[in-house]
Amino acid sequence: MAADNAAVIEMQGISTRFGTNNVHENLNLSVQRGEILGLAGGSGAGKSVLLREMILLQQPTAGTVRLFGQDVEGLAPEALLALRRRWGVMFQRGGLFSSLTVRENVGLPLREHSPLGDALIDEIAEWKLAQTGLPPEAGLKLPGELSGGMLKRAALARAIALDPELLFLDEPTSGLDPANAAGVDALILETQAASGATVVIVSHDVDLLWRVCGRVAVLGEGRVLALGTMAELAQNPHPIVAAYFMPRPAEAGQAEKT
Amino acid sequence: MTEALRASALAPPLHAPSRNMLERTGRRAATAAQQGLAFVAFVGQTAVAGAQLLRRPRAMHWRVVLREIELGGFDALPIVGVTAFLLGVVVAYQGADQLRHYGANIFVVELVGYAMLREFAPLITAIIIAGRSGSAYAAQIGTMVVGEEIDALRTLGIDPLQRLVWPKLLALVIALPLLTVFADIAGVFGGMVMARSQLGIGFTEFIDRFGNVMQGSALLIGVGKALVFAVIIALVGCFQGLRTAGGADSVGRQTTAAVVQSIFLVIVADALFSVAFSALKL
Repeated sequence: MAADNAAVIEMQGISTRFGTNNVHENLNLSVQRGEILGLAGGSGAGKSVLLREMILLQQPTAGTVRLFGQDVEGLAPEALLALRRRWGVMFQRGGLFSSLTVRENVGLPLREHSPLGDALIDEIAEWKLAQTGLPPEAGLKLPGELSGGMLKRAALARAIALDPELLFLDEPTSGLDPANAAGVDALILETQAASGATVVIVSHDVDLLWRVCGRVAVLGEGRVLALGTMAELAQNPHPIVAAYFMPRPAEAGQAEKT
Repeated sequence: MTEALRASALAPPLHAPSRNMLERTGRRAATAAQQGLAFVAFVGQTAVAGAQLLRRPRAMHWRVVLREIELGGFDALPIVGVTAFLLGVVVAYQGADQLRHYGANIFVVELVGYAMLREFAPLITAIIIAGRSGSAYAAQIGTMVVGEEIDALRTLGIDPLQRLVWPKLLALVIALPLLTVFADIAGVFGGMVMARSQLGIGFTEFIDRFGNVMQGSALLIGVGKALVFAVIIALVGCFQGLRTAGGADSVGRQTTAAVVQSIFLVIVADALFSVAFSALKL
């Protein structure tokens, strides 16, 4: 029972089919409280789909999803809403609302889910932006006016606006230069250390997986091929897993959508 | 030259392998059927979202509704006015020639009045708004899908149907009937101008007869149709926007589909109205 409580996310027997295409087949994965778990795997391995199933944007064809110990199947809308407030998501392309300023974007979760007044929300939003290393004037800009690195930081600021227990990051370093990517890596570590949140990161940025993740799950062939620390995975003989540790100078820095 | 030919022979084909006609027809039919079902599901979901909004009216963002009325209604006044005016001119001009043969000049009032109020004003307004607002809805929502903004809304526990679709639907249901009344006025004025120059019927004479012969039901029928057209345009535009998948090119495709389908459905609905009205002798 104690072991069950430690799992924040439990995915059991997950199968996902799109038409005739099997993305996941009987996949099992659990995420422990307070860990930083990386989801790696080639394009089309179903990393993003698995993430979408965790944040309830998509339903698996079969299998159970348990979040914070609750089976999400058949939960009432109010209970689902309460669950949703407990996590924050940083989308690959930011997902910031282009019609709102950055500060309004960061404040939106608070406006929706807290009784706080506008002035206080603005203040909290500015503080969150500062926490993610953005200058104060960035808050008054529109997301379209930010650079790629700043956009990622702003998206992270919105994801942590409600001080979530669980943080999902989809390709947090894609499209960033190495210096900026390293900055985001450090930011994720800082944020996790400060809040103690459980973090799930979808990425195939090997540097990030090494630097940030406690454990990494490599997806492929519809299941979790390997799960462990990067050092353990480096010893794994499976060709898809091993491919992560091969020097690929030609492809270094290449980021693609999964 | 031969080099180029050889190179082109070696290059992989840029287009997908061609399918035979039967297969293409089958695929198109299956896609259309699937899309039709998806639209019915979307209408149902929107209705459920509307019922939830009724229970919690505070969740409705009225400022957004007002803004949409301004964008889709107020800003469209000039184009709707000019088009309806010209349509009134055309109807009166075509009628004038025929009426003169019979010495029935004065009947141009009924011709222009009924044609504009019952048919042309609602239809032309709906077509213009389908092109203006229907496309804007599809493009705006489609861009939000591509930018993962819709996903972000959902993860924040905000229903896109409540926050995006309903304000547009409500705004258009308010704006389109009002625009139609404006088009009625502009169209009849166009007819009046033509009647004076072609048939020698003065403005006062025209307006007198207009007041005497026109029935209020003509106006109500036109406005009633506009209500239905507004629902069609808003739903099809939002539906196509939400169907966007993939990249920016998909936004363009869905926008085109939104305009084509909403104009088509508006005309189908108009034809059904005609059948229904003739059966009901309205």
